[in-house]
Amino acid sequence: MRLDIRLPIGLMFAVIGALLTVYGIAFSDNAIYERSLGININLWWGAILLAFGVVMFWLGRRGTSSVQPADDTAEGRNLEQREANVESAGRKRGGH
Amino acid sequence: MNLTAIDWVIMAVYLVFVLGIGFWLRRSIRTSTDFFLSGRSIPAWVCGLAFISANLGAQEVIGMGASGAQYGIATSHFYWIGAIPAMVFVGIFMMPFYYGSRARSVPEYLKLRFDEKTRGFNAITFAVMTVFSSGISMYAMAKIIKSLHLFDEAFAWAHVAPERIFDASILISSLIVLIYIFLGGLTSAIYNEVLQFFLIVAGFLPLVWLGLRNVGGLSGLAEKAPAGFMHSWKGMSNTAENPLGIEWFGLAMGLGFVLSFGYWCTDFLVVQRAMAAESMSAARRTPLIAAVPKMFFPFLVIVPGIIAVSLPSTVPMPNTVASDGSTNALARKGIIPQKVDEKTGKPEFDTAGNPVLDYTLAIPNMLMFYFPTGILGLGLTALLASFMSGMAGNVTAFNTVFTYDIYQSYIHPGATDRHYLWIGRIATVGGIALSIAAAYAAMQSENIMNMLQLVFGFVNAPLLATFLLGMFWKRASANGAFFGLLAGTAAAAIHHGLTLPEGAAWGIKGGWLTGGSWIAHTYHREMAANFWTAIWAWAICFIVTVVVSLFTAPRDERELVGLVYSLTERPKDEGGSWYNRPITLGVAVLLMTVALNFFFW
Repeated sequence: MRLDIRLPIGLMFAVIGALLTVYGIAFSDNAIYERSLGININLWWGAILLAFGVVMFWLGRRGTSSVQPADDTAEGRNLEQREANVESAGRKRGGH
Repeated sequence: MNLTAIDWVIMAVYLVFVLGIGFWLRRSIRTSTDFFLSGRSIPAWVCGLAFISANLGAQEVIGMGASGAQYGIATSHFYWIGAIPAMVFVGIFMMPFYYGSRARSVPEYLKLRFDEKTRGFNAITFAVMTVFSSGISMYAMAKIIKSLHLFDEAFAWAHVAPERIFDASILISSLIVLIYIFLGGLTSAIYNEVLQFFLIVAGFLPLVWLGLRNVGGLSGLAEKAPAGFMHSWKGMSNTAENPLGIEWFGLAMGLGFVLSFGYWCTDFLVVQRAMAAESMSAARRTPLIAAVPKMFFPFLVIVPGIIAVSLPSTVPMPNTVASDGSTNALARKGIIPQKVDEKTGKPEFDTAGNPVLDYTLAIPNMLMFYFPTGILGLGLTALLASFMSGMAGNVTAFNTVFTYDIYQSYIHPGATDRHYLWIGRIATVGGIALSIAAAYAAMQSENIMNMLQLVFGFVNAPLLATFLLGMFWKRASANGAFFGLLAGTAAAAIHHGLTLPEGAAWGIKGGWLTGGSWIAHTYHREMAANFWTAIWAWAICFIVTVVVSLFTAPRDERELVGLVYSLTERPKDEGGSWYNRPITLGVAVLLMTVALNFFFW
């Protein structure tokens, strides 16, 4: 149920980074890099994204920031209760 | 330039992840609070990145690149003056009331602070405006995607006419946004906005790096760029000497105060992201955390625009605009081609016979110019991501305001929470359908759309005065706020109707009150006229609100606790260490912004 956002971000960048890196290695001396000033930008940027993805994924596995339904926790239920109070108070103030 | 398998695979990976997040989060949506406010449980850094990502729509990326190509680094005033101070202000001073009042939307705060009629006015204009602006940015994006001619081959392979690229980009991207918001509500929108934020950075950073390397770094760019393009303040003492055509007072008051504070402090699209934060401290830090990447965005979106005009006009042109290869016959500046009229297919010239350049192609052409296949797929995905994050921002703001402030307040009060959750999902579908309709209306008549945007601009301009007085002056009364808003809207319309930018014909640009026969003031540029319209609207709203409030009965002070500054306990920065407190962050952000301004004097 819980989902730490760093997990999907890490995974996505790791996948995209790996794809670019492999593509960069497989087609390394190709005329396609003329436009990128002769730099194999797929390989280099792919490797950087792969590293970023792995770090994010690792942080996500280790970390705790996640979202859960409000009524799963005591604080969440308390908060919904307060919100219900504000609402009814608001209605009274508004003269309804 | 054609896409190959690797580009398609990268786009597919992105789609799998955005939809996957929606499906995953579907199970965590049980109440309307979960759907509209993420159960107020999101950590500050996630809210912060979503806060700028929702604002970073396609219009922002394309528009700021275009403006960079047209005006140079002075465009960064939209960030350093036009965003950062307002973001710091909303975080430190206003969030305690938005978050602390437990209002579920910005219009609902107006209801708690003032009364029903101000809320109704704000909710309805906001809802309609959101749908329209979402539609207009859809239209702009679909036009760009079509002009790239990257999908022509795929469409030909599928035996679909290339004209359908426009329809396909609108339908497919709105369908994806629809699915992930329908399933996961605001949480899904926020999570995807964070993902999209990183993707936009990942797509544009290598572009800036390659571009700068090619022109010889920032110093090389300063030599090659048109004169004055690398200075943000030089020439600001005089309207005629700087590219924006405005003097420093108009810039500071119009952009830096009225327009920017009006947007960042009152627009529910961004404020909603902070309202979803897990605590008061997190809500206050949301805009401050957002301000840090925001201040560096000029390097990501404006610098590529400057590079695009600074390249020699002899480099091969990316084959945008015309699929028959006739691009090279057009006039150009750097890699920015002349504009081609969509209906007639003829190149456009202004009244003086000079070619009109299509600056909106600055960023797309840069992508096509520097990126080989592979990373081109990533750049294209980044463009799509910016499109979707902006649309999702509009859609979630719309469904919340519609459900809470219109449906629950006027159509069907007192229903069960399940019912409102269901209505929220229906409103998501309805909002997207209306945006698509607006996109096609924009295609039929850009004039009608421009006029609607203008009218909404009038309604929006004075809002800031209402919020400032509401939050910081306990005497401001409900009638004061309402009539102040009406007067401010009227002032905006009248100012616009009596002034004109230089060389413009009367009509959509101004002067319509007298049919152009009498003009109170002529501005150098349209932008300067817009800033002054906003300044007038704000000032009149402020004065009328104060005067009417003094003549009408104030609210009972006990009812205003938590809604007004002087009657509310100062929020304590619970828990965090000193460097994590809103005030420390705010000061740091402002100092960094000042430093950037000095660097690009």
